[in-house]
Amino acid sequence: MSRPVQFNNTVKFEGIPEGYMGEGYMATNFEKVVSMARKNSIWPLPFATSCCGIEFMATMASHYDLARFGSERVGFSPRQCDLLMVMGTIAKKMGPVLKQVYLQMAEPRWVIAVGACASSGGIFDTYSVLQGIDQVIPVDVYVPGCPPRPEAILDGFMKIQDLVNAEGLRRRHSDQYKDLLAGYGIQ
Amino acid sequence: MLTNETIQQQLTDKFGDQLSDWQEPYGMLTFTGAKEINLKVLQYLFDDETLKFRFLTDLQAVHYPNNKGAELAVVYHLHNLADNVRIRFKVFTDISQPDVFSASALYQAANWMERETYDFFGVNFVGHPNLIRVLNVDEMDYFPMRKEFPLEDQTRIDKDDEMFGRG
Repeated sequence: MSRPVQFNNTVKFEGIPEGYMGEGYMATNFEKVVSMARKNSIWPLPFATSCCGIEFMATMASHYDLARFGSERVGFSPRQCDLLMVMGTIAKKMGPVLKQVYLQMAEPRWVIAVGACASSGGIFDTYSVLQGIDQVIPVDVYVPGCPPRPEAILDGFMKIQDLVNAEGLRRRHSDQYKDLLAGYGIQ
Repeated sequence: MLTNETIQQQLTDKFGDQLSDWQEPYGMLTFTGAKEINLKVLQYLFDDETLKFRFLTDLQAVHYPNNKGAELAVVYHLHNLADNVRIRFKVFTDISQPDVFSASALYQAANWMERETYDFFGVNFVGHPNLIRVLNVDEMDYFPMRKEFPLEDQTRIDKDDEMFGRG
């Protein structure tokens, strides 16, 4: 006889996109379905460099569980991942390496800069630290904090989910996106 | 029993007044030598059977901008593992001609430590097998730890001078 669930029993369900339902079929907006699928199954690549990486480990652990957002599987190969999570101080010598990892990711790809060092260099305003990863790759969401609490990382992740939901299927082929990448020197 | 006095006596017997400025800050014997004899001193400290300083703990440089003619000091920290005695050996060199003989033939550890010293201070180690930058980006053309180099990254345009006490 199993014990009934006492806590967390108001679970939020992801709604079905509105559409026309019938006997064995449903007609709906393709973009909505694809966006819903994408946003609930993001596979992140933790590019964890320093202290923010430890906070990420806490986020992935059971208390703050990132897996309930669909990221049960974190990949460490850029070729298999959607979201590049850059967590920690990136030195100027590491910049080209980070760019190489970003280039190997397949579209659609998103980047989240976790922590003060990845967003802007943090307190390390010196000759060796890259003052923000947006000097080498385009970033979608910045999570401030030194280090940010796991709740803050989850909040940033949820904002990525909102971006994924609202993106649409044509963005990656648009001229604006191509111009954005050209600004970083990426073809 | 290897004491600071014994070490100082043996070194002055061998090198005479080429070594100077004998001090003992916190009990650690410290002396200065001319940069031409640095390898000879290190070799003597290595080979001698009573001295046996066979472990190079650290190799670094210090920039004294006010010491005209001897701005860069290269400092060797040596350790005698058998008797647990440490000494410090300093060599001064001019900043316009910062050539010092490389100790990498004697100590393997000196290889990367000299690369780091070159990277940050610009000391040119003569005889080093591969003297290139090790910790900084390869394209860097300045030496960051010299005193004239500013602390902060100069590419930032958004830092408010008044908030940082410079306004």
